[in-house]
Amino acid sequence: MVEPPAAPSLTPVPAPIPEPARLTVSDIAVARGGRPVFAGLSCAVEPGGALRLAGPNGGGKSTVLRVIAGLLRPLRGEVAWDGEPIAEDPGAHARRIAYLGHADALKTALTARENAEAALAVAGRSGKASDGRTGADLDHAFALLDLERLADLPAAWLSAGQRRRVALARVVASGCPLWLLDEPTVGLDTASVAALERAIAAHRSAGGMVVAATHIALDLGPGDTSVDPGAFPWRLADVPLDEALV
Amino acid sequence: MSPFVAVIARDLRLARRQGTDIAMTLAFFVVVVSLFPLGLGPTPDLLARIAPAVLWVTALLAAMLSFDRLFQQDAEDGGLDQLALSGLPLSLLALAKACAHWLTTGLPMLVLAPILAISLNLATESYTVLVATLALGTPVVSLFGAVGAALVVGARRAGVLVALIVLPLLIPILIFAVSAIEAAAAGLPVRVNLLFLGAILAAAIPLAPLAAGAALRQALD
Repeated sequence: MVEPPAAPSLTPVPAPIPEPARLTVSDIAVARGGRPVFAGLSCAVEPGGALRLAGPNGGGKSTVLRVIAGLLRPLRGEVAWDGEPIAEDPGAHARRIAYLGHADALKTALTARENAEAALAVAGRSGKASDGRTGADLDHAFALLDLERLADLPAAWLSAGQRRRVALARVVASGCPLWLLDEPTVGLDTASVAALERAIAAHRSAGGMVVAATHIALDLGPGDTSVDPGAFPWRLADVPLDEALV
Repeated sequence: MSPFVAVIARDLRLARRQGTDIAMTLAFFVVVVSLFPLGLGPTPDLLARIAPAVLWVTALLAAMLSFDRLFQQDAEDGGLDQLALSGLPLSLLALAKACAHWLTTGLPMLVLAPILAISLNLATESYTVLVATLALGTPVVSLFGAVGAALVVGARRAGVLVALIVLPLLIPILIFAVSAIEAAAAGLPVRVNLLFLGAILAAAIPLAPLAAGAALRQALD
């Protein structure tokens, strides 16, 4: 075990992202379960950039995140990392992203810390400072999100907001260049939202990217762009519906 | 630690914490097998005759109780998305899950079966073969179970559905395993039956994860 720093500063000091690259989403059309969601959506995130997916509930925000994560394959168009389509090497793309779904993916039988450690181990990351990457340090992420007192409690005992913070700590500690956050503020109190905004700012200043689906005023920092998937309706003239049903 | 090993370690740790899950599967195995001597009364010959089938059928039914641990719980709490983003191909993920399932279900039943066989008056010559058939057969049960569990992720009453999908696929395993145990009791050669079991296992190790991976791809959509 690596001892946590005696007085962890609440400003994370992430490691520089090794290979900053550009994420491009070009002209994607998505149908889920044979039901068209959107078509013709394009957007891009530069190194250090942030993209906000806005719009009403059911507008397709989570769907865009799942497409960028590679969990969902678009019917048309492609998502590319530095010009290379992610479908060509899904494994490499998976190692670049930290995905926070609408579910927290916590096991109630494990403690908060064990949950985060297990998730990082499955993703092939240690979460320890021993490799010199303080930004990828789980201790630091727990300190940042004020989770130190809860670290050894079973996840079953935590409140919804506390569980969300543990899930966010996993993302912060991952050291991945691209964060995909699906409604990250659900259940969070004001102080935790501020801590999340600080973490996002530090991640971006190190060249990391953030794509967040949120319908509340989460401050992603300066220069963020916004996309509403609802503004890209599926037009039958452009894309025949039977293409969606294949 | 590679993601493949990490997935197995994670599942083993969860199984240890939620010990009741494994305990229930094994208790079902023990209780149902124990009902046969009680129900049939003092008929040692009849018990010895049906012992191989009782042990194997009960082992299959007990395994059916455990398949919702494979993917269903992870799909419900969002863990399946995280596993899918581990960087492992989905087929290898399914193989890792099947390995963890075998270690927590097949292996304990392998240890318990010879003890339970005593209560069924199994022929002395058959014990080694019983363990051999379980060693070759239970991994196939876990692998086919992974295919079934991946197919029904998100379905209602998934547990029953998995049993309906997987049990018919396991008929060859049942036939060769029981034939081998009976052949041993009769002093006949068992090699052919064991070779068939081994062949099914050798085919299932690469093919079942591919099928399960394809099913998981559908489940993630």
